[in-house]
Amino acid sequence: MSSNLYDFSTLTSSIHAALSGMMSSGWVVFTELVLIGLLFLLFYALLGLFLVYLERKVCAIIQNRVGPNRVGKWGLLQTIADLIKLLLKELIPIRKADPILFNLAPFIVILASFMAMAALPFAKGLQAVDFNIGVFYVMAVSSLGVVGILLAGWSSNSKYSLIGAIRSGAQIVSYELSVGLSILAIVVFSGTMQLSGIVESQADGWWLFKGHIPALIAFVIFLIASTAEINRGPFDLAEAESELTAGFHTEYSGIKFAFFFLAEYINMFIVAAIGATIFLGGWMPFHIGNWEGFNHIMNYIPSMVWFFLKTFFIVYLIMWFKWTFPRLRIDQLLTLEWKYLLPISLVNIVFIAFIVLMGWHF
Amino acid sequence: MSEEIIKDVIVGENEDYIINMGPQHPSTHGVLRLEVCLKGETVKYLIPHIGYIHRGIEKMCEADTYQQLIHLTDRMDYLSAHMNNEAVCLCVEDALQVEIPERVKYIRTILDELNRIASHQLWWCAFGMDLGALTSFFYGLRDREHILDIFEESFGSRLLHSFVMPGGLMHDVHPNFQKRTKEFIKYFRKKLPEYDQLLTGNIIFQNRAKGIGYMSRETAIGYGVTGPSGRGSNFACDVRKIAPYGAYDKVQFNEILGTGGDTFARYQVRMAEMWESMNIIEQLIDNIPEGDYTAKMKPIIKLPAGEYFRRVETARGELAVYVVSDGNKSPYRMKFRTPNFSNLFVLNTLASGHKIADLIAISGSLDLVIPDIDR
Repeated sequence: MSSNLYDFSTLTSSIHAALSGMMSSGWVVFTELVLIGLLFLLFYALLGLFLVYLERKVCAIIQNRVGPNRVGKWGLLQTIADLIKLLLKELIPIRKADPILFNLAPFIVILASFMAMAALPFAKGLQAVDFNIGVFYVMAVSSLGVVGILLAGWSSNSKYSLIGAIRSGAQIVSYELSVGLSILAIVVFSGTMQLSGIVESQADGWWLFKGHIPALIAFVIFLIASTAEINRGPFDLAEAESELTAGFHTEYSGIKFAFFFLAEYINMFIVAAIGATIFLGGWMPFHIGNWEGFNHIMNYIPSMVWFFLKTFFIVYLIMWFKWTFPRLRIDQLLTLEWKYLLPISLVNIVFIAFIVLMGWHF
Repeated sequence: MSEEIIKDVIVGENEDYIINMGPQHPSTHGVLRLEVCLKGETVKYLIPHIGYIHRGIEKMCEADTYQQLIHLTDRMDYLSAHMNNEAVCLCVEDALQVEIPERVKYIRTILDELNRIASHQLWWCAFGMDLGALTSFFYGLRDREHILDIFEESFGSRLLHSFVMPGGLMHDVHPNFQKRTKEFIKYFRKKLPEYDQLLTGNIIFQNRAKGIGYMSRETAIGYGVTGPSGRGSNFACDVRKIAPYGAYDKVQFNEILGTGGDTFARYQVRMAEMWESMNIIEQLIDNIPEGDYTAKMKPIIKLPAGEYFRRVETARGELAVYVVSDGNKSPYRMKFRTPNFSNLFVLNTLASGHKIADLIAISGSLDLVIPDIDR
């Protein structure tokens, strides 16, 4: 990156300076935490609403339909109306359900997605927490969600829920490995686990292009495995509405159901964002070799736009999967992971290590 | 019932995981309850419980005249409403020995086949949904709408037509009927390959369907599984071939037989039947003879005392009507042998040992319509 155009760190550091002038350092940290928390809450809610709207429009296009078009212009207010409906719905208490775990489960699920979001680099200089083990943190936190799903299935006192939860447990534990290994492939390339560092390492080209075929394989495996990890079709066995009615959240109603629903969409955004950050260069603009003029024009597009363009490209891919493919069976799902994806990614990572050792990558 | 089921259910020494699928469940296609015994994800056995939509149609028939009870038969297999009507009408016409105008026979046969295509389209929609391919539903319904529009124009109703009456038809078809049917055939010949592109060739779909729910020819005959489900197991049971009625003896068509006996074979038989139905319609649609739309019938039909039996091929298999008359204007006893009843009870044999997801796929491939089972 040549210019410091649209660098958010200037904005954030000026805010920090202004706050430091007003109060002691302890209060500055506190105020900043509250501000960031509020911003994330707002972003989270808006993103959830938008993703649900987007999914309904995308699936409508795939299915020869129009999609929501009555509430507001182009149906834009449809999801808000749905949200109000969900807020007003009765929370049905389940007899013989474990009340503590039953009420806790949606919060764990939503907490996991919330925490993962903190480490995402949204734009140049716009990242809440920049861990030096960012990749590791995101993976660890995002797999916390399965605890919530298992709790929901167990505490609902419903047989369908339990089957759904157990399926989900088996699925996420398996596919976590492939997601990890495919991300590790790029960690080997870039030599850092810091998400901002990985983005910086792609200033002269995205890893998808720089990493030869192994990076492409890792990207495909990442797409498949992360779709499975967030329980979306064709891997939506935990919900499998034609088999288990709604799987682990069968017994939930009202806002608690909305939490699961929201977390599913936010998780989709998070894996898409990680995919975009790691394979497609995050907020880095698209550059072609020595085309100075072209690269210069690309630099003028704000980094945030690049990030969201790439992320929503992957979000669209994941939605496309869901609306075209039939669902896998549980044994086929596990076979796919343990017999195909895992061995391929293991061999792939050895291959990548060899490439890096010989210095064959760009 | 096997020893195991007796021990589990009747004696109550059951330690297995039993779930109730239905009566309200997205993929039982109606109010069917399956008591499924699971071992992990694997189905050990299942017991179908029926009767949630029992309306006593057979008994109600005993209080109605023959023109009236036609309207009850619509409500059995609502997706083959036309064939159900025709079965009763054929029975009555046999008993009275009336000669049916050729025009009526042609129109009835065309409507049979249109109804069969519409039914198979809806089956395809629902089968895709059962396997989790949600888009197939909208593709199928899009094309089915064209057939329902043709029906609506001619009969005034889209699903339960009651268009066939003893002796002929309720009234003549709409003047547009021929033109619109030909347009539909032309349209659907282009659209049917889309079905294959979307679902049939998909590797996930093939893995889900191939080798699942194998039914041997002996099993099919033993349980009386007819229609496309039976023909998927190489059981030649097409009533249109065995005992032609209507204009089926005047057209050239093949009885589609599958050899696999699995879910995929049953799927392929139905897909091929849609092509074959279009062939039949094309042979007939230009040659509908002129004439009356009904034979001359008395306003009150009284069947001579005796027993009468006729069968037709509905979209799901062999529907047989058995009428006992004591000479009055309503039947003394009426019995329907409905295809879905037999097709349902083979489910335990097919699904035992498979996963839950396969159970859904298998019951989808049998194409059950629950009101037809309960009657």
